[in-house]
Parts: sequence; C-alpha cells; structure tokens
Amino acid sequence: MRVNFTVNGRTEAVDDVWEGESLLYVLRERVGLPGSKNACEQGECGSCTVYLDGTPVCSCLVAAGQVEGREVRTVEGLADGDRLDPVQEAFVECGAVQCGFCTPGLIVQAHDLIQHNDRPSDAEIREALAGNLCRCTGYEKILDAVRLAASRKAALR
Amino acid sequence: MNGSRQSTPLRAPHEIAVPGQGGVGDSPLRPDGTLKVKGEFAYSSDLWIDGMLWGATLRSPHPRARIVSIDTSAALAHPGVHAVLTEEDVPGRKHFGLDHTWDQPVLAIGEVRHQGEPIALVAADHPEIARRALEKIAIEWEVLDPLVDARRAAFDPSYPRVQERPNPARHQPVRVGDVESARAAAEVVVTGTFEVGIQDQAFLGPESGLAVPADDGGVDLYVATQWMHNDLKQIGPCLGLPESKIRMTLSGVGGAFGGREDLSMQIHAAMLAMRTGRPVKMVYNRHESFFGHVHRHPAEMRYEYGATKDGRIVYADVEILLDGGAYTSATLNVVGNAASLGVGPYDIPNIKIDAYGVYTNNPPCGAMRGFGAVQACFAYESMMDRLAAACGLDPVTVRQRNAASQGTRLATGQVLWAPLPMAEMLEQARTLPMPADLDAADIRNLPGGASQTTHGEGVMRGVGYGVGLKNICFSEGYDDYSTARVRLEVVGGEATALVHTAAAEVGQGLVTVEAQIARTELGVERVVIHPADNQVGDAGSSSASRQTYMTGGAVKAACEAVRDRLFERLEHDDLSLVGGKVVSASAGVIASLEEILGDDAIEETREYHHEPTTGMDKVTGQGDSHTQLALCVHRAVVDVDVELGLVKVVELAAVQDVGRIINRLSLEGQIHGGSAQGLGLAVMEEIVVRDGKVRNPSFTDYLIPTIQDMPPMRLEILENADPRAPYGLRGAGEPPTLSSTPAIVAAIRDATGLALNRVPVRPEHITLGAAVS
Repeated sequence: MRVNFTVNGRTEAVDDVWEGESLLYVLRERVGLPGSKNACEQGECGSCTVYLDGTPVCSCLVAAGQVEGREVRTVEGLADGDRLDPVQEAFVECGAVQCGFCTPGLIVQAHDLIQHNDRPSDAEIREALAGNLCRCTGYEKILDAVRLAASRKAALR
Repeated sequence: MNGSRQSTPLRAPHEIAVPGQGGVGDSPLRPDGTLKVKGEFAYSSDLWIDGMLWGATLRSPHPRARIVSIDTSAALAHPGVHAVLTEEDVPGRKHFGLDHTWDQPVLAIGEVRHQGEPIALVAADHPEIARRALEKIAIEWEVLDPLVDARRAAFDPSYPRVQERPNPARHQPVRVGDVESARAAAEVVVTGTFEVGIQDQAFLGPESGLAVPADDGGVDLYVATQWMHNDLKQIGPCLGLPESKIRMTLSGVGGAFGGREDLSMQIHAAMLAMRTGRPVKMVYNRHESFFGHVHRHPAEMRYEYGATKDGRIVYADVEILLDGGAYTSATLNVVGNAASLGVGPYDIPNIKIDAYGVYTNNPPCGAMRGFGAVQACFAYESMMDRLAAACGLDPVTVRQRNAASQGTRLATGQVLWAPLPMAEMLEQARTLPMPADLDAADIRNLPGGASQTTHGEGVMRGVGYGVGLKNICFSEGYDDYSTARVRLEVVGGEATALVHTAAAEVGQGLVTVEAQIARTELGVERVVIHPADNQVGDAGSSSASRQTYMTGGAVKAACEAVRDRLFERLEHDDLSLVGGKVVSASAGVIASLEEILGDDAIEETREYHHEPTTGMDKVTGQGDSHTQLALCVHRAVVDVDVELGLVKVVELAAVQDVGRIINRLSLEGQIHGGSAQGLGLAVMEEIVVRDGKVRNPSFTDYLIPTIQDMPPMRLEILENADPRAPYGLRGAGEPPTLSSTPAIVAAIRDATGLALNRVPVRPEHITLGAAVS
C-alpha cells in the first residue's frame, strides 16, 4: 500500500508498504530516519518515541497505515539545522548520553514534558519519563539534563 | 583495502573530530554526543546499503533434543527468499567459542543443547518474508528431558553429559591455612545458603549488523561487539577465510555489559552474504535478543564463617556453584573470579573455597558486568551482616574489623600492593547525610508509588551496607594488551592528533578519554578518533573495566612515542608540549607544532601490556592472579511495605576509589549506571527458567529499573593512585555493580528482619519470608 504523511515538515508518499509494518519500520527503513530506535518493539522501552500529531507515541505500536494524512515529528526534526534543541543540548552537556540508544526516545519525551511544564519537579520528571528505559546511566544525569533544559526554557519566558 | 570493492554502507561509522579542550582530569563532553542526541549516530541496526537482504535465524524451541531431519525446501521455495542455510553450509570450522573452547556450533549439528540454539538461517527481501520462511523449515525432533540440575552436574558422575566433555567445566579450589583447626576454636559460627538468579545484560540495542560480500571473496562486517579481534579469531576459521579477508568495522553499539563478548549474528550474516553475493543485514528483536546472548551465571552458594566473639573472622568455608548452561563461553574465567574473590576484601587467616562451573541445558551464561564477583559479593556481604548480628556489632564495625588494606594477603595469597582504604571508605559511607524521613503525603514517595497501594501504613525504613572488590583487566596469566596508533599532522592549518584503535566504544565514553589523553600528551586541541576496526592491532575487550587502563595506556604510550620523535628534531633536551607549542624549560617557547611539523606526519603504534599475572594453582588457588583490584562501598536506604512486599529504594550512596579521575562526568555516569544494574539484580531482574525454558523473554516480563525505581545517588570519589596503572587510575565500571546489590538487600533485611537469601528479592519473599534464624 501507499502511505502519505508528513514527517519533520516534509511530505512523504511511501510505496510498497506491507500492511503489517509499523510506523517505526517505515521511518527507519523506508524514509531514511533511523533515529527512532527499535529496542523492544512492544511499547515497553520508549526508545521509538515520536510525536504523532503533537502527542508522543511509541512508533513501534503504531501501524504504518494509521499515520495516513497525519503529522509525525521525530528526534531528527527537533534541531534547527546545526542548532540543537535545548533538550538535546542539555543531554550532551550533562552526561545524560552513554550508549545513546534510549536517547532519541527520551529526548522526544522530555521535549514534550518541557513544552507543557517548564518548571517540573523531580517527581514530575520521573513520572513523565517512567516509560523510557535506559540501561547505562542510572537516570541521574538524565534528571540533570531535563532540569537544565527546563530552567533554560523558563529563563526565556 | 586489499582490492575489495568500496561498497561502504550508507550511515556507516565515520571519523569523529573532537575540537576543543579538555585533557586528563577534565570533563570534556562526549565527541559522539551530538550525533546521538540528533538521532544521527550509526548504530549497527541503522546500517543500510543498496540491495541488501534481511537475515533471520531459526532457533530451537527445545532445551534438549535430537534433530532427526531438517527439510528446508519449502522455505527456499518461498517467494522473496534467497538462501536457507544449515550446518552443512558452514564453510569452515563448525564450532566457535571463547578462550579456545570451540564448543558452540555455528548452527546446530544433529542436536540442540539449549532453548534458542540457532539451527538455520534465511536471507530474504523483507524481514517479514524471512520470518515466514523460517516457519516453513520442517524439523523432525526427538525431544529429550533437559539436564537442568547444576548440583548433579557438578557432583554426580552418573548424571548424563550435556556435551561430550565432563559436565563440570571448571572446579577451582582455594586453600589457605587450616580451616578444620580454626573451626574447632571458633567462638561464633554463622552459616548461609544464598542464591542469585539469572540476570540479563538487557542492553537497549539488540544484536545487529551488516555483512557485505567483497570482490576478493572475503567479507566486510559492520557489527556491534566488545572485542573485534577475538570475534575475528572465531569468524575466520568458521568462514574458512584468512583474517585478512575479513574487514571488521565497529558500528554504533547500543550498550554491552558483557553480552557482546560472545559472537551472535557475525558468522551467520557473513555466511548469508557470501552465499547470496548480496549484503545481508540482521537485527534481532528483543525476544530473540534474550536468546541471542549469554547471561549472568545463576549461583547457589553455601557459606560458613567462624569468628571470635568480637567479630574477627577466623575461617571461611565456601562453596560456589555456577550454572554455565550448555556451552563454555566465559564460564572458566567466571569461576576463577568467583574463587579468587569468594570472600571479598576481608583479611581471613584460614580459607577453603570451592568454586564450580557446570554445563546444563539451561540458558548459556557468560560475561556480565561484575563477572563472577557479583555473585560472590552478594553472599559474602550477606555473611558479614549475619556475623554482625551474631556478635552484636553494627554492620559497618564488623566490616571494618575484618577489612583488607594495603599489604593484606587476599585469599589467593596475592598481597594488596596498592592503597585500599576500605575501613575509611566505610566510615565515609556511614557518616554521609541521611535522606529525609518519608513524606507519605506525596504518594509517589511510597513503595508502590502512584499505584496507591499504601498511604504509609506498614512501611518500614531500613539501612544497609555493601562492599565489593573487583579485579580490573584480564587475570590468571593472560597476556593482556591493547594497541594504539597515533598520527600527528597539520590538518587545515591546525595540528591534529588522529587516534586509531580497535577498542570498542560501547557507551562508556572511551572515545572521550582517548581524546583527553592525546590532548594531554601532545598538547593539541584537535583530535580525530578513527572508527574502530581491525586495520590496527588488538585492543582487547571492552570488559573487565579495562579500556581506560589498557587502551588509555596504549594511547598514552603511542603519544609519548610521537612526542619523542618530534623532540628528536629539536636541539633542546628540556622540552614539553603545551597549548600547541613546544616549550623549553630553559629557552621558553621554541615553535608551534604547525611550524615544526610542516607537511610531515609523525605516526607511531604502540602496544600496552599490564603487569603480568600468574595463574591460580589448581589445588590451592594461590597466585598473583590479578593486576589491579578496585573497591566500592554502598549505603542503601529503603522503604519497604512489609504487608505487600513492595520496596522503594530511597537513596543509594557510593564511595569508590578510582585512583585518578580521568573524566568526572563520565565516571559518575559509570557509578550511577553500575549501581542501577545492581539495584535491578537486588529487587527485580531475573530470567525465569523452568525445565530449561525461559519464561519471560521480553521487557514486559523481564523488568529493568526505570527512572521511578532508581533513587537519587550520593557519590564520594577517592583518588588513591595505583602506582602501576597509567595516571594511577583504577577501572571503575564494575565495582559499583557488585556492592549495590548486597547493600539494598541488607537494607531490606534491616527494615523487615527477614533472612532474604536470594536475589532478586520478590514481594512474596518479604510477605512470606522467614526471619533470620
């Protein structure tokens, strides 16, 4: 089948999609956006998190056909050219990235949190990121990064 | 590249330029961090090349069975399928394995010895076609009762053999002094039987990679591994190719933790690529990943300590039984670690340890962060708490009273030559500020959290301590080394150091440290990290907390050699490199690097070998078997809902001696992450096996800590240099994984009064558990 959707502001018409493919597979293997990661493919780890019409979803749980006519934004669509989004910048600065496989999903999820709440408490950060597994960092530096990104966003207001 | 066609995949690993500042001791940022946060870093599952096929693996549903027949014809006839391979198609040697054991079939030959053992391979146009083709492979089975009793495998010679070799893979005794006489004289005796469940590395990036057939009949492999050269030693013979025809490039590694020491898809993808003449990509999903790599050995451990009334241990009598599953993998070395570190960092005059590793039809086990030392640490630290209780001492005092320190003779007879201020570290852990009392008004603070399982009733707080001693680098006489090539030249008008090693960056931050060392030793700002490949010498494995020590040492040595050659061109003999300039102590600035180098490049390759070690005596276990030992102390604070058995770890504090901090930011990340994996083992992580079959091969059923489970951490990092090591550093990645587990369980015991002899501690162990007898 053909799937028409918008990804990171670009219109895509993807042909030869098998009905059983996920949005994650289409992004990674058909439109050249492998930033979203396939770590569990059952919605447990959050590594494949993308925005679908502005809401974070696990793209491994979205069937490709479901995105027909809709808007997707992936980790590749957050930076403004070479200028990183404040969340991306904070993840690098705070040491929140080790192997980095969970990072794209965490960044999209944290980006969403800060959009809605730029003064999150630690408990709120933990709640927002509870669906994103990281095996390397023990999460301490991820908390640092989200706090830093939020404080920078708040300072801009 | 040896005449092979240049068929580099799209999104292949490439050089990483590291501009800027930050030498040894600073905390420059990861050079690959920007790529990773943008989603542009090329992981082994992200590789893509024109015309590639998808490979898939048929695995055994049975832990033990004979293969009567295999019929692949229907699978091969399936549209879109390009190859179906079985063991008959293995071009060379049909077995591989670590440490020259060569006992693991590339594809099953007539029988299977564990659930998930690879049997056949498919290459197809689409992963779904490959999956369907796998279903069409018809196998006639003769299913056998699995051999799953590790104790019988160790001690009952009549128990059937899993392989042709005897079931005990290794028995390593340790004998010191006279345990029998000490037992007769002991005033206090404490005993315990402890178990550790099977832990999975659960790296987030499943096994994956790309094999590209080359014109010279060889193959280019882009894979995620911990040790390329050791892979190559196994891949070459199995493919029937000389190593020169196998070009390996490290692709982005999504975590490792020991789970990538063994081969997974490397030979399989290469076989499919060589057969089809097309590039073949393989990507395991999470379910397959649980069968695609070895796990941490489960352990059953029996301990008996005798002591004086005031808590001085006079003897230890220990038996450690490790179930290695069907194939050897790293079992031999895991047994060595468990034996040599079986009583940990304690000064005990009379010791009898017997450590066993056995074959069974349970899941294969091998390397995981902490490697044999983790299992023993849970037992010996639990014993220290029992001893404390028996002697009426607090847990810190009893540890301090028996603590090893510089000059202490360990169980192996090896003398601790470097500083080991364990008693002081325990004191530090004890006196760190305590977390605030439970604020039950916010339910998120409570065990069970937002599930609202309690409002604070039935919640008890506990505090516990754990100490772990881990060997760093390879032990037991292995000639452990790493190789680095460093090239200094002017690129774009700026002196640049190009660092080339085969060492695997697996997330730990080695690429950051390599650049820091090059800056410190060569006084440059701009460093370029070449992709890790096998076009440079062996770097050893990214395991045993060894890469900063070993590859760091090699980069340092290569930089020093480059510097020596640079200085040979100059007449002064009091030179140093600072800020891109050559400076003479007597004459001041001589010239800039750019002026001296001109169009020349200076390139040097150096191997770095650590101080040699010896094997362990086969009867007494004695020997200087380790080259470095590193210590971490944890204090855990927990809240336990004693009615529901739910645990909330409130805080973890760690005191670790790292010899010298090379990069504080990365180091803290290692301690945090290592502690988190220890927390997982303490309260949630276990591969549940029944009759040789894994019951929970998914992230739905195998739980790893989330950000809700991991508490805030306090860190105290000490720098007592190890004079033998580069910059005095100590390996740091593993020690925290040892000590956090027993500290958390001790805290749960403190809160509940229960014995808790097994990890992970489950809710039913708390609600139905027995008190300390």
